[in-house]
Amino acid sequence: MKTTVVNIVTPDGPVYDSAAAMVSVRATSGEMGILPGHIPTVAPLAIGIVRVKTADNKTELVAVTGGFVEIRPEQVTILSPSAEVAEDIDLARAKEALKRAEQRLQAKKDGIDVKRAELALNRAINRINVKEGNI
Amino acid sequence: MATLREVKQRINSTKSTSKITQAMHLVSSSKMARAERNAKKYVPYMNKIQDVVAAIANGTAASHPMLVERPVKKTAYIVIASDRGLAGAFNTNSIRKAITAMEDRNQSKDQAVIFAVGRMASEFFTKQGYNVVDSEIGLPDQPAFADIKRIARTAVGMFTDGQIDEVVMCYAHFENAVSQVFMERKLLPITDIAPATTNASYEFEPSGEEILEVLLPQYAESLVYGALLDAKASEHAARMTAMKNATDNAKELINDLTVLYNRARQAAITQEITEIVAGAAALE
Repeated sequence: MKTTVVNIVTPDGPVYDSAAAMVSVRATSGEMGILPGHIPTVAPLAIGIVRVKTADNKTELVAVTGGFVEIRPEQVTILSPSAEVAEDIDLARAKEALKRAEQRLQAKKDGIDVKRAELALNRAINRINVKEGNI
Repeated sequence: MATLREVKQRINSTKSTSKITQAMHLVSSSKMARAERNAKKYVPYMNKIQDVVAAIANGTAASHPMLVERPVKKTAYIVIASDRGLAGAFNTNSIRKAITAMEDRNQSKDQAVIFAVGRMASEFFTKQGYNVVDSEIGLPDQPAFADIKRIARTAVGMFTDGQIDEVVMCYAHFENAVSQVFMERKLLPITDIAPATTNASYEFEPSGEEILEVLLPQYAESLVYGALLDAKASEHAARMTAMKNATDNAKELINDLTVLYNRARQAAITQEITEIVAGAAALE
């Protein structure tokens, strides 16, 4: 079976590196499925889940917070400000962050950055989804 | 001549100082090793992002405000120093680099905007009456990307809003454990894009412009993070050297004082003998 190498890199170091039969990412323009031999492409990513289907048909999930994907026929590189594989996610902390972001949005006080709170909310939901495997 | 007791006291206090500097030397050297490793971990990300920026900037007609030079009315300086002293001339040199950069551009205080990283830089520029818009104090010794994101984003945002026309970073580049080079580096506008290393021509989804929109701020932010990692490694190296020198000086001082102590002790003994002999002679 043909595979492509998937690298997920953040400023704090590489997070994920493995061979995959298929990768799906959430680009800003919509969901994107990448198979080996894809034409070279660059696309920005939304906060979302990267699903990697390995050669032995297992699915691995990685939470990414934006960034972009660079696709070459034999290699897929995802560059993101931060990324976490499911095993590394601290569920309690993610839920804490979710609660904080919700409170901040509900309070709707002047001077809070609604957009930032929404982003924080999305990041927290995304991490919880990855950890619990809800796709 | 100093009395025996005074000299003894000085020897003891110098000894305990040298113990502290010795310990600080060891702590800094292990921190430096870790900072160096962190800086290495960051390299793949930087290389990759540079590749992609180069591929897009060279491969398409897409343009972006962050790539365009405009007449400079105001410059922002991101000065990276440390929170604590005892690092030799590390803080002074970083700050001086920023001042030199301003002088080179013939800028007055109100044409400069300061982003200070580290308490030393923040306090200096505030005291001197510069416009310090943002400062980041209390960064950990091994900072993560999230720690610097806020200040980097503010700087990039002010540039895109047109409040500033140029962003310069002043920091210490880590060459090796004994040498750090203090440098200024232009962050924005981005003009020093390397020629593309890959000859792949990319498809852009949705378009080149929109990718630059996402990519360039991320690129600039990661450059700031890179500079911070570099500066942190330099800081630990500088502190290590400073503490090594302090320990060596303390040892030298202890040696000198020991000689002095022995001489004083000998003089005291000689005097005592002389007195006894003189006393005995007087009785005869």
